[in-house]
Amino acid sequence: MIKLGFYPGCSLTGSSSDYAESVLALAKAFDLELTEIPDWNCCGATAAHNMNKELALSLSARILALAEKQQMDEVVVPCAACYNRLSVTQYELNKDADLKKRICDIIGMPINGNLHILNVMQMIDKYITGRLEEKVTNPFTRKVACYYGCLLVRPHDILKFDRLEDPQSMDVLMEKVGAEPIDWAFKTECCGAGFSVSHTDAVAKLSGNIVKDAADRGAEAIIVACPMCQSNLDMRRAQINEYLKKKTDIPVIYITQAIGLAVGLSAKDVSLQKLFVPATFV
Amino acid sequence: MSKIGVFICHCGENISATVDVEKVAEEAAKFDGVEFATHYKYMCSDPGQTLIKNAIREKGLTGVVVGSCSPRMHEPTFRKACAEAGLNPYMCEMANLREHCSWVHEKSEETTEKAIVLIKMLVEKVKKNRSLNAIKVPITKKALVLGGGIAGIQAALDIANAGQQVILVEKDPSIGGHMSQLSETFPTLDCSQCILTPRMVEVAQHPNIKLYNYAELEKLEGFIGNFKATIRLKAKSVDYSICTGCGLCTTKCPSKKIPSEFNEGLGMRTAIYTPFPQAVPNKPVIDRENCNYYKKGVCKICQKVCPTGAIQYDLPDELITEDIGAIVIATGFNVLKTNFFPEYGYGKYPDVITGLQFERLASASGPTLGEIRRPSDGKIPQKIVFIACAGSRDQAKGIPYCSKICCMYTAKHAMLYQHKVHGGESYVFYMDIRAGGKNYEEFIRRAIEDDGVNYVRGRVARIYEKDGKYIVKGVDTLLGSKQIEIEADMVVLATAGVANAGAEELAQKMHVSYDAYHFFAEAHPKLKPVETNTAGIYLCGACQAPKDIPETVGMASGAAAKVIGLFSNDELTREPLIAVVNRCAPPVFSTCVGCFMCQTACPYNAIEREEIKSRNGEVIKTIAKVNPGLCQGCGTCVAFCRSKAIDIQGYSNEQMFAEVMAMLN
Repeated sequence: MIKLGFYPGCSLTGSSSDYAESVLALAKAFDLELTEIPDWNCCGATAAHNMNKELALSLSARILALAEKQQMDEVVVPCAACYNRLSVTQYELNKDADLKKRICDIIGMPINGNLHILNVMQMIDKYITGRLEEKVTNPFTRKVACYYGCLLVRPHDILKFDRLEDPQSMDVLMEKVGAEPIDWAFKTECCGAGFSVSHTDAVAKLSGNIVKDAADRGAEAIIVACPMCQSNLDMRRAQINEYLKKKTDIPVIYITQAIGLAVGLSAKDVSLQKLFVPATFV
Repeated sequence: MSKIGVFICHCGENISATVDVEKVAEEAAKFDGVEFATHYKYMCSDPGQTLIKNAIREKGLTGVVVGSCSPRMHEPTFRKACAEAGLNPYMCEMANLREHCSWVHEKSEETTEKAIVLIKMLVEKVKKNRSLNAIKVPITKKALVLGGGIAGIQAALDIANAGQQVILVEKDPSIGGHMSQLSETFPTLDCSQCILTPRMVEVAQHPNIKLYNYAELEKLEGFIGNFKATIRLKAKSVDYSICTGCGLCTTKCPSKKIPSEFNEGLGMRTAIYTPFPQAVPNKPVIDRENCNYYKKGVCKICQKVCPTGAIQYDLPDELITEDIGAIVIATGFNVLKTNFFPEYGYGKYPDVITGLQFERLASASGPTLGEIRRPSDGKIPQKIVFIACAGSRDQAKGIPYCSKICCMYTAKHAMLYQHKVHGGESYVFYMDIRAGGKNYEEFIRRAIEDDGVNYVRGRVARIYEKDGKYIVKGVDTLLGSKQIEIEADMVVLATAGVANAGAEELAQKMHVSYDAYHFFAEAHPKLKPVETNTAGIYLCGACQAPKDIPETVGMASGAAAKVIGLFSNDELTREPLIAVVNRCAPPVFSTCVGCFMCQTACPYNAIEREEIKSRNGEVIKTIAKVNPGLCQGCGTCVAFCRSKAIDIQGYSNEQMFAEVMAMLN
């Protein structure tokens, strides 16, 4: 039983609970025990760092401090925004000793700054991929468009994860479970992110272009690793269809859901029922 | 009995603002052995030098100490002045009161004290100086030119036409370099090969030029006027003394799918090949890595069809050595390939090409016979986008410099496209237009005004492929950063000019300096553009930095002039500040015991063995001897010698101790 820290963040606890459920289901299937950081708070996401730099750093710093307090060495952070904020915060504090001191004073806890923050792909690659091939009972033989979004691979110097313009980690993973990842043009284009509520037509346009490109190139599903992306591409499908003046039915599922299905978990196990655009192939 | 003259320079204000030069002169006059001491504002000037000369004559000085700048600056100046006044130049020494005193300290009594001590040290040294005479070494009047592009060709022809011997070494099968790959040259739109090939032939036929093609420099030893170059003649598998250049073998070779380097991968060649029809020498070589005979032991068709039996598969590499007097480095440059750009597809799109690849498309002898066609499907592009500054001027990509030629050749490419594809639409995305040469600005205006090329000031963020076309996402900054999306049939990237892959290795082989980008370093960026810091080795062309053809040719002629100047003397004068093994009367002959540790230590292989023989030819002892032509005066042997039998003239142990004792007392 491998024990890892787990930071779900707000989205996974609320509107994207299906992501959390699929992550935990997949982890369980591979004997990974994910322990939530006790008393965790919101990481601040885009709102905080837009408004107040110290607030943004403090929110994420508190989470890092709590994780260290639990003597966690690795923490799995499935939400791409949380992953980005926590990683950037740790990097900034390690770079500037004075800043670190000030932030530690604000949160009232010490920070070492040597936590290993893993996004969902890194968790899978480290602990699951090696045992994956033998456990695949239901190969995911579909054409898929892997969508990475903005926050998983940028800023590259800090996150040092995958390739900047044409990332491959999800593509390689999907290939291992029998899928056919397509080469397409919108892997890292913005989906509209937090404008989902305040500026929905921007989301309709940006996410619409993503859905159109994936569908035009023959993808049968879009695979994502970020709850915001999933929400914009899935929950806002009505607005997207209005923008595209066309009804599109390509489903958007999480990487953990896709892999979960491939290793024999049921649609219910990976919480597919919460999709707005149904995954009819299951 | 020493009669030393001390001359303290104010160096304008450089020294006198911090050091009390008058006091230094006063104190120096009191030193034992000093006959005359004075100070002056600019000792290196004409009146300053006259001051020294007059003092030498009138006071009968036996030695001179000049307290001024660094000897690296004016030692030759003052030594020459002394020589003119009849004093052996090596009896003149300089005390560095500027770089070692006034420029590194604040004005204070201690600073002046230090200056006085420095003068004292040199006075004590000069008392132990001996007259020395410059060493003359012969010069081998043969030049080595590395690289057979336009730079090397020009340099070789200039030196050869001056009546000197030249060896031209080119690593590719043919000379010509990148200029032979170009279709037309700016600003005249001259056909590149038409102006180049006559010079290539001239090189091949010139009685003073020996051309080694398919060859590389293996090793370099020696020094200016006396180099020894080892050149590797790579195995061609074809005997050039028998081969007539008929070309039958290349038509019959069954391996026809090897990407052609000359066509930048856009066309194919055979395993036995000449790179292009106008190659000089026009005889083929076999690419052993891709030939079926060397890979699998089969085929041998070329040998069967060869009418003269020139194909010999087991001809090995050959190593030859040549004595050389001067070297000109003209090894050229390269351009980045499209796989360098993640945002433009990591090189996976066949119709996103480099400027050099476009030259091959536009070239009448290229893979498409001069028609602009897409490499993917052969169709003629109706909409083409040119991206300037692809990689250059980009800190994030590690290439902060400007590649100089791209603004001009991009305009040229756009013009050629418009000339060949009537009704075609071309776009150039640029940051700035750099067209500083003669007729260059007018050339750009022609592209915009006469040929209707659309110039857009902005960068391209991304290129991706959709339904066989390329979506170019850029920005027009002159329209308030308006986003532009163009559906292009072909994209040409003006990729950055970079150093050749083997540049670092070659520079290290030759002991020539190079910079962080592996471009070779000139001796002075303003005043010595064609020399390196290594005496006898000169530079020209793009191996020093990206540049266009007129500059390259100018530099090549400049380097040639340096070589011709060097060869215009029969002998080279060397400084006598070298090591010498002591000799004394028999039966000792020398305190050297013949351990030869100095020989092991010497980095320049300058120590030889000398047999001391008796009258009937018996060897009495073998001792060390310094070759005055090779010794660089580094002093390593002096440090190693257990018997203190070897010493440096001009920097002897005695002189050094005298300086130290003067400083300590």
